[in-house]
Order: sequence, then C-alpha cells, then structure tokens
Amino acid sequence: MNVWMISAGLLAALSWAAHAETVYVTLEKDNAIAVVDPIAGTLLKTAPVGQRPRGIAISHDYKYLFVATSDDNTIKVIDSETLLEIGRLPSGEDPETFALTPDGKRLFASNEDDNTVTVIDIATKQALQQIPVGVEPEGIAASPDGQWVVSATEATNMLHWIDAKTLTISDNTLVDPRPRALSFTSDSQFLWVTSEMAGTVTVLDAKTRQIIKKIKLSVQGVTDDTIQPVGVAIDKDQRWAYVAMGPANRVAVINAKTFEVEKYLLVGQRVWNLAFSPDQKRLYTTNGLSNDVSIIDLDNHKVTKSIGVGRYPWGVVSKP
Amino acid sequence: MAYSFILRVLFLYLCWVGLAGAANEKEIKIAYFSQDLAPPQSLSNLDPFIKDKGFPGAQLGVADNNTTGRFTGQVYAIDEIAVPVQGDTYQLFKDKVLNKYAFVISNLPAAELEKISELAKPDQMLIFDANTSDDALRAKCLPQVLFILPSRAMRADALAQYMMKKRWSKWFLVVGPAKEDELYAAAIKRSAKRFGIKITAEKKWEHTFDARKTEQSDIPTFTQAGDYDVLIVADEQGAFGEYLDYRTWIPRPVIGTQGLIATAWHKTHEQWGAIQMQNRFKDKIGRWMEEADYGAYIAVRAIGEAATRTGSVNLADIKAYMLSKDFALQGYKGKPLSFRVWDGQMRQPVLLAAPRSLVAVAPIEGFLHPKTELDTLGFDQPESLCK
Repeated sequence: MNVWMISAGLLAALSWAAHAETVYVTLEKDNAIAVVDPIAGTLLKTAPVGQRPRGIAISHDYKYLFVATSDDNTIKVIDSETLLEIGRLPSGEDPETFALTPDGKRLFASNEDDNTVTVIDIATKQALQQIPVGVEPEGIAASPDGQWVVSATEATNMLHWIDAKTLTISDNTLVDPRPRALSFTSDSQFLWVTSEMAGTVTVLDAKTRQIIKKIKLSVQGVTDDTIQPVGVAIDKDQRWAYVAMGPANRVAVINAKTFEVEKYLLVGQRVWNLAFSPDQKRLYTTNGLSNDVSIIDLDNHKVTKSIGVGRYPWGVVSKP
Repeated sequence: MAYSFILRVLFLYLCWVGLAGAANEKEIKIAYFSQDLAPPQSLSNLDPFIKDKGFPGAQLGVADNNTTGRFTGQVYAIDEIAVPVQGDTYQLFKDKVLNKYAFVISNLPAAELEKISELAKPDQMLIFDANTSDDALRAKCLPQVLFILPSRAMRADALAQYMMKKRWSKWFLVVGPAKEDELYAAAIKRSAKRFGIKITAEKKWEHTFDARKTEQSDIPTFTQAGDYDVLIVADEQGAFGEYLDYRTWIPRPVIGTQGLIATAWHKTHEQWGAIQMQNRFKDKIGRWMEEADYGAYIAVRAIGEAATRTGSVNLADIKAYMLSKDFALQGYKGKPLSFRVWDGQMRQPVLLAAPRSLVAVAPIEGFLHPKTELDTLGFDQPESLCK
C-alpha cells in the first residue's frame, strides 16, 4: 500500500515536471503563486509564497523564481520545481517591482515608500546601495546590453536613467502622468513606457534618452479616463509591442516599426501585466479583477483561452 | 513622529536652499492660510478632535514636490499662517499674505474665504480652497480661486448614483439645525430631481433639552415617516447623525453625512496606489489622512505638477497649464484629476465609504457622459452660469 502510494506520488511528480511549459502567476490576495500549464489550459496547483506577492521574475537558467512579497518586506528566492523558499533578498520596504540584470547577478528593486532603488547582489544576498529617485518609484527595467537600469517614478513622472556600472543617475526624462511599466527592445535601442493617467505609451531612444514617439490609446465606446495602460512587452524581432490597458480590459497590439495600433484584444478585467511564452508564440496576461489569466495566440493575434487562477493575479513569468 | 517629520522637511528645504543659493529664482513659496477651530461637541471619544487637519497634507505635498524638484532644480517652501479662533481673517490676510505670496492654500470656512478672495487679483494670486464644499461660492465664478474638495452637489450626486444602482429610490430626508445642513439638504434635493429619486418625507431635527427624550426613545418616534428605502441625513457638524443608525422605526440604512458618506478621501480607501499614500502619511504624521489633509496635499501637488511640466515657477504659466486640457494629476483615485474651467472645481472620483468599508467609487458605472464620466458629478458646464 505504502509503496503504491509513493510510486503514485512519484508519477504525479514526474508528470508535473514533464509539462512542455509552465507559467507562474503571483496572486496578490491569496498570498500564493499559481502554477499553470498553458498548453493544456489548466491550473496545476497553488503554492503559498508569503504576504502580498506582486513582482515576479525567473532566473536565466529557469531554476529560481524571484517573488516580491510586499508585506513581508522581502524578495523571496523560490525553487521553480519544488516551489519551496530557498532564500530571501534584502529588498528594502514594501517591494513591488524589480529588474534582474542581464548577467543574472543583480536585482534592482523599487522602494515605493522611500523614494529609492535598492541594488541587491544575488549571490551574497547583500544590498549594495540605495539610489535616491523621484516620488513613488515603481516600474523598473534593465537594458539587455547591461548599460542601463531605468526607474520610473509614478508621482514625479520621470524616468531616471541609472548607469548600471557606476550606480549613479546619468539622466532624467519627464514623461506623461503616472508612468507604470517599461520595457527595452531586445537590441537595447528603444525603451517603451506606459503612462497610466494619460492613456499613452511613449517610446524613447536609449542613446539620446529623448522621446521619439508618443502613442495615444483610444477605443471606441470607452472613455479616455478608463484607458490606463500598465504592462508592456515587445517581441524579440521588434515586430509587435503589446500593452495591457488596465480597466479598459484590452491588450493593444502595436506595430513596433510604424507605431500604429493594429488592434485591441478583449481579455479579462483590469489587465495588469504581460509575459511571453519562451518561444514567443503566446502572450499571457494577468487580469486582476476577473481573477484569471488570458492566453493570446501571437500567430494570429487571437485570445484563445482564459484560466481562473486565484484572487488578484498580479505578475506572470513562463518557463520552458 | 510629526515633529521629526517637520524637522526632516525643514532639513530638506535647507539643503535645497543651500544648494541653490540664497536668492532663488526657481523657488515657489506657498502660504497655508487657516483659521483655528474650537473643538466641536463630540458624540464619542472614538474620533479625537484633530487641531491641525490639513497642514500636514500640505507639508507632505511640499516634501514630494521637493523630491521631484531635485531633478528639475525647483524648490518649494510653505509657510503656515493661522488665524486665532476669534481673530480677524481679513486683516491678517492683508498683513501677512497679500503681495507676499502668489500661491495660497486656504483652510477657511466659505464666508471667510469669500471675503479674502475679494482682495486677491487673479493675475497676482491663485487661492486653492482645500476646505469648503460650498456650491454657492463655486457659482460665483471666481477666477482667482480653485476648489479642491468635491462640492456638496458632487457628493449628493455620488450618493444618488449609487442609490439608483441599488434601486433605493425613496428617500426620507432628515435635516439638522445648522445653516450648512440646509445647504447639504438643498444639494440632496437637486440630486434627487436629477436622478429621478423621490423624497417621500422630510423632517427637521431639533435639539431639545427635554429630559423625557433620549436617543432611544426620541429617534424611533422621530423616524416614523411612512415607508422609504433609505434615510438620508444632513448633519455636517456630526451633532446627531451617528445616533440614527439602528434606532430608526423601520429597518433602513442611513446615508448622507453619516452612515454611508460621500468624501474625497477615507481611511478605508486603498486602491490605485492609495495604500502607499495612507502608509506614507501615517508613518510621517502619526494619524490617518483626513479629507482636509488630502485637499491640501492635492493642492500642493497640483502646483508641483504644473511647475514640473512647464519648467516655470511663474503664476501665469502654472495657472494656464493647470486649466489646460493637458493637466492630469495623479490623485490615487484611479482617474486623472483636472479642473473644470468653468467654475474652478477639481474634477475627481468621489468615494462612498462606510465606517470600515469602501462601498463604491462614483461616478458609478453606467452613468454616461459625452466627455468624461467625472462630469456626471456636480454642476456640469451647461448647468453652470460661469464661463
């Protein structure tokens, strides 16, 4: 009997490890992460992770998840297979979002209440430095070439360009009200930023740190006040940019060359953050108010599925 | 706690002054002009009288503006000028504020604000009313005053929209004895008419010193007013409204100035980054942020936002930007705040809060408007006589 039970358990463990792809979603109100099989379209399990989990990232070798558990005032390191905590990083108070450097060695975390960015060395679990920025830093992104870490401050409405080597601010760019999320293109040449209160997406040239394009999002039948863009993701080939539009319940599909909005895809309520599948064939969205994740097929830009995951899905990452 | 915060603000301020030199061309000086209040009668010890409501919000706004100012080279300072309880507001304003400040945050009652505003020339001073909800004052079309907090009409409309959604459309109106209660009741009647709500009964609450009457015996008899869906109370002073709930003749909820209230800010509000604001305020000041604190904070932040965007500390530039279509202030309520050009009222969502739960945020979904749903609250452009 016992042997049978163990082998059944082993089988279950094997089958769960054998999934082609795994998606991890932080659940802000459930204090947990949801594990989803996006191919089968099923919720595999939910694992407790700590209080008020929000920002999430995965290490480049896919072995570790980094999860900002805001009310525990730490960023937890979680084994992506066992979902057990294996360490904690000194993020400073109330961490929400953070950026992993391309070499995988450092995390830059926004400290919204203290108006600082904390630089953390992952190997030694030490906070190296705190960099003062504007009021309420939130969105933060590292350029793939390792040169920049850019922090967006929601109340100051600026992008602070932090030199990733010297850890000092080199430049500041004023953008539209309440900048939320930002993302570099794969060649590190352009930075895309969403402004929640203006309903705009701004594209900047990383060389000059100047704005080259401002895209105003608008949907027929939805008032401008409701269009509040948050998450942004650009594909590797820089053909398309995708923008989560918050309470407008849509994802904007933008041609990354012409900056024209091609279409708006209806997803769940208060769509918040976005993540590509590792092969970039699908895009996953967290829908905060409808408690689900939508899957968008990127070959034909269609929403194929939505999967209920738990209360207040916030961040999302995927693993092959 | 509060003391150390003031020291920190002062320290930061001195740092900026030190950095930028003594004669500062990029400095914005703000006057915070208020009148001390005598503690009102209190129904309970739960909510202690707060003497400094408002000013800590302004200080926090100045600290935030100075954090941003580090990157723009702008420096902000605020001076508190308080009129004693029986003091002469008009004279003190003339002596201490007029011709000395271009930006003034007022924490005065409507009548006092109206008096001082007559002294202010629109091209020399901009006054931010961070205290009143007075509709009559807003209808005076004063170009030198901007109104931060929602008017009584906006509050009443917010309640009415939610009541329409619930289909609780028969109201019993109870009006207190104060002059302000009459004004609140007038706003309620306007909203009722606007949204097709029926006021089935109206009674005036009288304070008596009759020993035979107690809350337990008086309120059940007083609230015998036929059938209705909700009791809506107009008691801005909080002199009796809290007594109504659970003591009415028939079981009906209480809304208005007590029970479910319409407010610009509330401690139960935590969406849209509001929790950050609540935490920051509590950490630094040591108490919850009150509506007057929020009003003063938003006024200072509005100045900061316009100064950052225009790169100017000049009144004309800042005012022009504030009243332009581009002005969009983040106010932790999910929608950008801006000003109605016709009467200077700040356009904003209104919170509907029960003592321990945020019930809804108006405008309620389904109330449509061709320009912005926020203008379904209060006096819209076609209704206003201001240009």
